[in-house]
Amino acid sequence: MTNQKHDFPWVTIEDLAPDARFSLRVGEAGRDRAGLTLGLSLPTGVSNVVRHGERAVVCLGPDEWLVTAPEGERDAIVEAFATIYDQTPHSLVEISDRELTYRITGPAAFTLMTIGCPRDLSRLTPGRAVRTVFDGATVILWRDAEDAFRLDVWRSFAPHVRDLLDTGRAELAAGL
Amino acid sequence: MLLIHCPYCDETLPELEFAYAGEAHIERPKDPSALSDEEWRDFLFIRTNPKGTHYERWRHVHGCARYFNAARDTVSDKFLTTYRAGEARPDLDRKEAAE
Repeated sequence: MTNQKHDFPWVTIEDLAPDARFSLRVGEAGRDRAGLTLGLSLPTGVSNVVRHGERAVVCLGPDEWLVTAPEGERDAIVEAFATIYDQTPHSLVEISDRELTYRITGPAAFTLMTIGCPRDLSRLTPGRAVRTVFDGATVILWRDAEDAFRLDVWRSFAPHVRDLLDTGRAELAAGL
Repeated sequence: MLLIHCPYCDETLPELEFAYAGEAHIERPKDPSALSDEEWRDFLFIRTNPKGTHYERWRHVHGCARYFNAARDTVSDKFLTTYRAGEARPDLDRKEAAE
């Protein structure tokens, strides 16, 4: 009897369309104001995510956030932050082009993530995101659901990470 | 693999996310030009290198990117505690007694 595992959708790896991405750094005094400018309240506590419409903000460090939004909202965000700069010193750097995003979904998505990420991923509950390491490359790992992940990978590391994911996927499909 | 507690993320995470950054609590001279060559050498290069408890800096480079301090036993390689940068050396004897 043969095992037709090749046809089984264990795990799917997709390239996602580009988003507008910003790195936001602001001190405690300006946190509320910066959140208000985005139309939400900035999450506190590393790994927490706050969503508002199509915008998502993840807390990467005590004073560092990653803002993602549809490309059409890019200029509006830049202009909104420029108007509060006088009263609320901050740093807003556009990093849209720095990273590529892969979406990994399917029943074996969790297993595929563990081939490169040393964290205990069962403790990364759905809805949260962290900056971590994937086989040596710094990545931002979003867990959207139990079996759905997104990886933001720096452009120069992307071919390596993508190759590794494809190899891992082939091995899982072969039942290794 | 060593597990290290990051005081900023408040999570215990694998060593691979961290980078070692030398001995902690080394104060920069307030007036560098007043230092003699020997004092300058001591500041730059001379480290305690103890056998036992070592206070050292670590950086959560693949994470929150913060520097923090740790007390580690250089014999057993065990992390005794970690604490935020800028905080005083923790009193390990009292901590052990409390535990």
